Amino acid sequence: MKTNKTRRTIKALTTRSKDKFVLRLFVAGATARSRQAIVSVRQLCEAELKGICKLEVIDIYQQPKLARANQIVATPTLIMEFPPPVRRFIGSLANITGLFVELDLITKGKIAL
Amino acid sequence: MKNNGHKSTSPVTLLPKCPTGIQGLDEITGGGLPRGRPTLMCGGPGCGKTLFAAEFLVRGAVQFGEPGVFMAFEETEAELKANVASLGFDLAGLVRRKKIAIDYVRIERSEVQESGEYDLEGLFVRLNHAIDSIGARRVVLDTLEALFASLPNEAILRAELRRLFRWLKDKGVTAVITAERGREQLTRHGLEEYVSDCVILLDHRVNEQIATRHLRVVKYRGALHGTNEFPFLIGAEGISVLPITSLGLNHKISAERIATGIPRLDAMLGGRGFFRGSSILLTGTPGTGKTIVAANFAQAAARRGERTLFFSFEESPNQIIRNVHSIGLRLEPLVKGGLLRFHAARPSLYGLEMHLATMFKEIIAFQPDVVIIDPITSLMDAGTASECRAMVTRLVDYLKAGQVTTLFTSLTQAGHSLQQSEASMSSLMDSWLLLQDFEGNGERNRVLYVLKARGMAHSNQIREFLISDRGIDLVDAYIGPSGVLTGAARVAQTAREKAEALASQQEAARRQRELKRKRVALEQQISGLRSEHEASAEELRQIDEQVGTQTRLLTTERTELGRLRQADVSLPMGIGSARGNSKPKSKR
Repeated sequence: MKTNKTRRTIKALTTRSKDKFVLRLFVAGATARSRQAIVSVRQLCEAELKGICKLEVIDIYQQPKLARANQIVATPTLIMEFPPPVRRFIGSLANITGLFVELDLITKGKIAL
Repeated sequence: MKNNGHKSTSPVTLLPKCPTGIQGLDEITGGGLPRGRPTLMCGGPGCGKTLFAAEFLVRGAVQFGEPGVFMAFEETEAELKANVASLGFDLAGLVRRKKIAIDYVRIERSEVQESGEYDLEGLFVRLNHAIDSIGARRVVLDTLEALFASLPNEAILRAELRRLFRWLKDKGVTAVITAERGREQLTRHGLEEYVSDCVILLDHRVNEQIATRHLRVVKYRGALHGTNEFPFLIGAEGISVLPITSLGLNHKISAERIATGIPRLDAMLGGRGFFRGSSILLTGTPGTGKTIVAANFAQAAARRGERTLFFSFEESPNQIIRNVHSIGLRLEPLVKGGLLRFHAARPSLYGLEMHLATMFKEIIAFQPDVVIIDPITSLMDAGTASECRAMVTRLVDYLKAGQVTTLFTSLTQAGHSLQQSEASMSSLMDSWLLLQDFEGNGERNRVLYVLKARGMAHSNQIREFLISDRGIDLVDAYIGPSGVLTGAARVAQTAREKAEALASQQEAARRQRELKRKRVALEQQISGLRSEHEASAEELRQIDEQVGTQTRLLTTERTELGRLRQADVSLPMGIGSARGNSKPKSKR
């Protein structure tokens, strides 16, 4: 029963998972800051949003056009494309708890700020 | 293609300059903005920062073959294109031809969460990409300070801005960074501490309900520049800064003289009129005939085949033509013939700078030989006295440089000292004519003086200025012991003098006649006396003869008596002496 319920929940999450979290991380080169940001976001995806998160890491040095298209000013920038509203996190994401809180709130349908 | 020839614009300064192409700005800055360095352009809202920056880019792309990047933080690409289209700039076309790249940077504070350290590498990458994509030589960042509102960490931002300006310099692009004017400093966020090469301050002031924009070069490291506030305006063809002293005093001068259309006035000016290319001021109280003198001058010039431009700020062209027709001036055929052109505008229509700009535009379009501004004082209504003076200076400078003869009329209020009220303007003028009213004997009469005429002998005499249906005539005013007399008083005085002369003439004739008569009488007297004298001489002779005869008779008788009485011997002696005495007398 419980497993069934859990399975249903997971199924529900996974069916929507492809749309549930779309994250794009823009970094500028392989700096320490970039690396830290990538690590933090990866950790987040692995730990909290496993399977329901699509992460794309873009180096704007390689693709400067995308920097313009996505209105990137500061690096690193993490853009959460989905679910709406689009949110941006700038910085090395060292303080990952803030991000967790943010994501947690969103997943619960409460939009802070 | 890039920067060809422009580096050598000013040989004095070693700093390479980047010409903006903005009218007047290059003159103030001695050739343009510092090449390869950032320039800060700050000012309050609505003073034209964005347009300045946009024109810098557009002119760079069009005139100097230097593509540019416009990084906008406040306006979207579409908005920007629409805004500068009002200045006649085809930004969209330039973007299409890859002469200009526009990048709109948008950051919403509400969307951004800060988490840890960051830098503005995104901005750098975008800028770098835009610059490289079109080979840009010029960059505009409008308004960079928007970042302060969007990004929470000011410490990071300041560090990054410092890096950005350094990066722009290393990139070798000439950059214009606009910034909002701060309350106590030049910019709200103190950007001036990063941009140290050139700072230009824009200002929009309202003075007596008339708004004027001003530009001031606060700082220009390594170059001489004009430090004054220069008015500028945003016209239909872009921005034009109007430098007051940009031209200096080195115009070419002409020794050619041109007639005024009033022969007697020419005579007062050494017989040949004004110098070509000189500036003439004609001041007068209301109703002294300034416009008429101006119209006369215009007609004379146009009839000589010189292109004449008449700026009228009080009357409509048709009214002037009609009015001067009554004194025998025919301006209409000259207007139709295209040699005479009127431009009329109410002084209060727009600000002084706008007037000046439209006047410049007209002058450039018509290319006149003679310009008449009637009256210049009306423009005072459109600005303060000092602004007006500055404007006249610029106008005089400009026209002199083009060898255009200019006649300014100037209205002085009755009761004011003419010399004082016009002193500020007169120093700019080469010649100064004064029209004045003379009141007395129940009438007003106009008089004209030449107050000054640089470089020519001129009459110091006052002339009465007569306007009749045959035109203007100047006559000598009566100057005598009772002062200067004009009009009826002059005529009366002349008549009186004539009568006096006649009377004295008659008196002399009378005296002449009398004397003649006296002489005649005297002559008659003389001849009477002479005849009397002769008569008495005759009488004397007769008496002598008588006496002689009597003596002879007496002697004869005595001798006879003696003989009769037997007289002695002594008797003949007595006879002899008597004969001796009488002999000479008888001879006479």
